[in-house]
Amino acid sequence: MNWPLKKKTNGDGTSNGHIIEMLGITKVYNTGKIKVEALKGIELVVDKGEFVAVVGPSGSGKSTLLNLIGCLDTPTGGSYMIGGEAVAGLDRDALADVRNRRVGFVFQNFNLLPQLTALENVELPMLFGGVGRRERRRRAVEHLERVRLGDRVEHRPTELSGGQMQRVAIARALAMEPDIVLADEPTGNLDTGSGSDVMSLLSELWGQGRTLVVVTHDQTLAKRAGRIVEIRDGLVVTDRRAVA
Amino acid sequence: MGRDLAVIATLFLKASSLQRKRAMLTVAAIAWGTVAIVMLLAFGEGLRHQLMKGQRGMGENIAVWWPGETSKVWEGLPEGRPVRPILDDIGYLRGRITAASGVIGELTSWSSSLSWGTTTITGRVTGANWEYGEMRHHFAQAGGRFFNANDEREKRRVIFLGDELAKDTFGEADPVGETMFVDRIPYLVIGVLEHKMQMGTYKGPDANGSVIPITTFSAQFGTQRLNNIVFKARTAEDMPLARQQFNEALAAKYRFDPTDEQVTGLWDTVEFGKVMAKIMIGLQAFLGIIGGLTLLVGGIGVANIMYAVVKEKTREIGVQMAVGAHRGWITGPFVLQGMTYTLLGGAFGLLIAVILIMLVRLVPVEGNQALEFLGKPTLSVEIAVATAALLGFIGIIAGYFPARRAASVDPAETLRYE
Ligand SMILES: Nc1ncnc2c1ncn2[C@@H]1O[C@H](COP(=O)(O)OP(=O)(O)O)[C@@H](O)[C@H]1O
Ligand SMILES: [Mg+2]
Repeated sequence: MNWPLKKKTNGDGTSNGHIIEMLGITKVYNTGKIKVEALKGIELVVDKGEFVAVVGPSGSGKSTLLNLIGCLDTPTGGSYMIGGEAVAGLDRDALADVRNRRVGFVFQNFNLLPQLTALENVELPMLFGGVGRRERRRRAVEHLERVRLGDRVEHRPTELSGGQMQRVAIARALAMEPDIVLADEPTGNLDTGSGSDVMSLLSELWGQGRTLVVVTHDQTLAKRAGRIVEIRDGLVVTDRRAVA
Repeated sequence: MGRDLAVIATLFLKASSLQRKRAMLTVAAIAWGTVAIVMLLAFGEGLRHQLMKGQRGMGENIAVWWPGETSKVWEGLPEGRPVRPILDDIGYLRGRITAASGVIGELTSWSSSLSWGTTTITGRVTGANWEYGEMRHHFAQAGGRFFNANDEREKRRVIFLGDELAKDTFGEADPVGETMFVDRIPYLVIGVLEHKMQMGTYKGPDANGSVIPITTFSAQFGTQRLNNIVFKARTAEDMPLARQQFNEALAAKYRFDPTDEQVTGLWDTVEFGKVMAKIMIGLQAFLGIIGGLTLLVGGIGVANIMYAVVKEKTREIGVQMAVGAHRGWITGPFVLQGMTYTLLGGAFGLLIAVILIMLVRLVPVEGNQALEFLGKPTLSVEIAVATAALLGFIGIIAGYFPARRAASVDPAETLRYE
């Protein structure tokens, strides 16, 4: 097994501190009859340790952008470097390895595997990442404790509340200690209480030095971010950094 | 590689099993297909065995010749001359056909009156040289024997009976040691034919005839003209040479063209056996294809269910991809699942087939001609191996195509949430 994208050793994992470097990224969905130009030339550079909120109206291309950042999909045009490595030309298994090592996803609808326990769900990325059985289990428990679900490890998703499920998803996203955590409207399906729990957890992660890109409609969450990127019609229209 | 297998095994074990009912139907379909192919092939194999045995019933590596007329002009002699060798020619032929281990002559009386006590029937009597017993597989039941060289030399009036004929004449009584009459001349019964499977015959089944020494026959019926000559090649490979030597010897003596097939035409059981074997291979292939198609239908059932599972699990597949699953880790568990159902069904089917075969073999078949041929389904190593290989192949195919669809899932598209 060879990992095409080895982390470099200069501390921040990149040569210039840019963990995400997108230049002129376009994405066209070709659905047979019609072509949808979802992204029309995105320029986006994110440094290690940033907390970026992506906002914009529905259908503006936020999820598409997040999928491209997370290598879940490949751009139609432009160049994308993740952690200093070009993504273009990687095959499907190599992209899977990039996702496994560098990216943690948190989805609006949790996307846990229903027949697996919370623990097993958190173990899954480590199974794919080649972590041994014992180590997998130890780390999964640790991550679940960190999201305050140490007493729910053997529960299945159906036995958990929405907020708890999203916390399992966050634990899963962190399992492989990724460079970037991507969250697409993580509080969209939660009530206010669980929503703010999840928001606090995400802010905590940032506090621990992780890079975070979150798509949200939630004004409070957006305000916690150090940087707000607004997308409209497939283009970045504003990119504001909070004054420190 | 080891790691790939570990991941696949882990996922396979974690995957929730299909709904029980669907899984059972699939396994049943495969089991049924397996039963079909194994039973068909086993019956074919049993039939082949019995036919081969029946073929040997008349004797092995023998050729049977009938008198004929010439159809070619030869050394100034016209066509249409009959060639009818006599008893004394047998010694001459024995000297010439070195590739044969035996040459005998036969004289035949088609309808003699055979009587014992108050019973009289009309039956066939053959006069033959004593070697006929071995050559034509006339083995005696316990307590009896076939006639020997002394009987032949001394022209003894001894008779060997076919088992059916013996039953018709003697009923339940033991014929051996009894005196019976052949056209009012008394004969001592010295043996009764041990029941045998006989496929080919040139004068009716051996079970329905009787045999006496050819010298005795010649004396009683006053004839020397042979009805048949039978010779046995040393081995199956020697048969062509034996036939050639026979043709040349006979042609030299009776002055005809040795290539005149009108005279030299005979029944070569070696040749005939080869044709039979080919027919049997064709039959086996035909049965195998029918059984294989049944099994294939079961395989399509498995593939169908697997497709349904892939469709149901599309989102889960997308999630696994999102967190870093390789293609092989997605497809592996599906292939394993398809294989598992197929092999499980195959194992069940094989078990059922073996039980059925054992039951069928328990049915008594003695005396019933049709059942005697059909009633012995036989499971051979070849059948087992062929079935297992076909099952494995279908299992892989049944898992592979659905798995390929699973691997082609587009995670971004699948996980899109509106
Ligand atoms: N897989 C797809 N096939 C076709 N069109 C798509 C697909 N995904 C997104 N789109 C379209 O691309 C545009 C951007 O979608 P999306 O990135 O989901 O927007 P947002 O997340 O901001 O609501 C929309 O017009 C949407 O309909
Ligand atoms: Mg969206």
